Amino acid sequence: MSAILKRETRAYFDSLIGYIFLTAFFAGSGILFGVTSLQYGSTDMSGMYSGLFFILLVLIPILTMRTLSEEKRQKTDQLLLTAPISLTSLVLGKFFAAMIIYSIGVCMTLVYAVVISFFGAVSWLTVVGNVVGLLLLGAAYIAVGMLISSLTENQVIAAIGGFAATLLLYLIGTVAEIIPVQWISKILSELSFATRYNPFTYGVFDFSNVLFFISATVIFIFMTIRVLERRRWS
Amino acid sequence: MIEVRNLVKTYGDKHAVAGISFTANDGEILGFLGPNGAGKSTTMNILTGYLSSTSGEAYINGHDILEDPIAAKKEIGYLPEFPPLYLDMTVREYLCFVYELRGCRLPRNTHLKEICELVKMDNVIDRRINNLSKGYKQRVGLAQALVGNPNVLILDEPTVGLDPKQIIEIRTLIKKLGKNHTVILSSHILSEVQAVCDRIVVINQGKIVADDTADNLSRELTADHKLIARIDGPKDEVIKLVQTIPGVVSIVADMQRERGVWEYNIEAVEGTDIRRELNRRLMSRNWYILGLRSSELSLEDIFLKLTMGESVNEFLADKADDLAEHYEEAEK
Repeated sequence: MSAILKRETRAYFDSLIGYIFLTAFFAGSGILFGVTSLQYGSTDMSGMYSGLFFILLVLIPILTMRTLSEEKRQKTDQLLLTAPISLTSLVLGKFFAAMIIYSIGVCMTLVYAVVISFFGAVSWLTVVGNVVGLLLLGAAYIAVGMLISSLTENQVIAAIGGFAATLLLYLIGTVAEIIPVQWISKILSELSFATRYNPFTYGVFDFSNVLFFISATVIFIFMTIRVLERRRWS
Repeated sequence: MIEVRNLVKTYGDKHAVAGISFTANDGEILGFLGPNGAGKSTTMNILTGYLSSTSGEAYINGHDILEDPIAAKKEIGYLPEFPPLYLDMTVREYLCFVYELRGCRLPRNTHLKEICELVKMDNVIDRRINNLSKGYKQRVGLAQALVGNPNVLILDEPTVGLDPKQIIEIRTLIKKLGKNHTVILSSHILSEVQAVCDRIVVINQGKIVADDTADNLSRELTADHKLIARIDGPKDEVIKLVQTIPGVVSIVADMQRERGVWEYNIEAVEGTDIRRELNRRLMSRNWYILGLRSSELSLEDIFLKLTMGESVNEFLADKADDLAEHYEEAEK
């Protein structure tokens, strides 16, 4: 796994995608920080963190689009799949590489908190809660993006597909509200990423939400592994 | 050692591999020969664990590739049809990655240096793979298969895209490697298989149609009692004379090769050697044999015969007609 992790992390910076992702992430979070906390002179950073939810919808698919699709197109998957490593460590290696790049972006939001701390009291527990929430949300999105990437050979399709999938997971909550059948509506709203994420931005650290994102990540990673496994049998 | 038993791979209702069994022993170079789409690459992909077989078993040094894939894959170095290269890495970075990926324990720098010297690419080691020529890319692919010194090498058309000098170099290298590795290589180039391999497995439409040494294969299908002779002498009289030799079944004048020199197809009773008698009688009339060979099938003919089945005779007849026409035109 460490070989894959190292190569993937390097590849993000060899291929510009890492830079593009981080630039866009910093720009997005910076603008949000400017128009919320700075504009209103508030030490409350929940505006930025809840806004980042939407930025991730677009950015994460860029991070994950080439993870597995490009391997297949360049036939380098033949090297990886015939190497003496398990599919699980292959997929996890790629997952954690994306997580490293993503975490660099997330850590940047701590800088904003430090900036605020010069002008007023920052509720550090809330900030840490937010960062943890953002990391968990990102992990689930990355897992979704990798699943989509494993289904195609085309990076563009992987990116758009990843965007569509994450958007769908976001919209589930909105759809749930208009469904008249109560039990369906209830199930869907429980599955909504937005309803699970928003409490973090209010400073509410609900363990069930943590568990939700971890389970979602594990499930999508598992499905990615199954897709690779199935390709071998087809 | 590689053991394959009854390997089947189906795509829908199409049999890509339809029940292949063979064994490759230690220190043996086994050649897979077959037309494009015969199932060579599919078989290799199954052996290396890239694809799963629909049924059947494959053992690499005793490890089942399906039951114990990681142990089996440790034994294999694989060069697929398209070398699996990361184009944005340098050769050194790429080989280091493969080294780590395969979990090698050998001293890294000396090991990689040895490999680069072996495949003769130590001069490009710090260049980006993207900027290398096709021949060098192929070598990087081969180098990648050698990382970790695996016992079994599976090479899918290793000399494709190389120039003649490189082809000879790579063949020499494979022969050298074959001394202490089990090597399977596939090719649709007959001379290559003939030059490099100890044993040849001919595959067609997913089935093995022949499995033998190159010499045996041609011997099996050779007709020693059929001769092709080029004789300088008056055609009709030569035919009459030769027909009187005991054992001769038939003689047919094929075509005039030079002025007054014809080529004859002579068939004798199986097991008789008429060459000396033929020589003696022609000499007594002051006619000369300018060429004499048994109508031995080349590997090419064997290949066609095996892979085309009955239709091969028509094919060869067509070829002969074409040739005859060509000569007629040339004479005009």
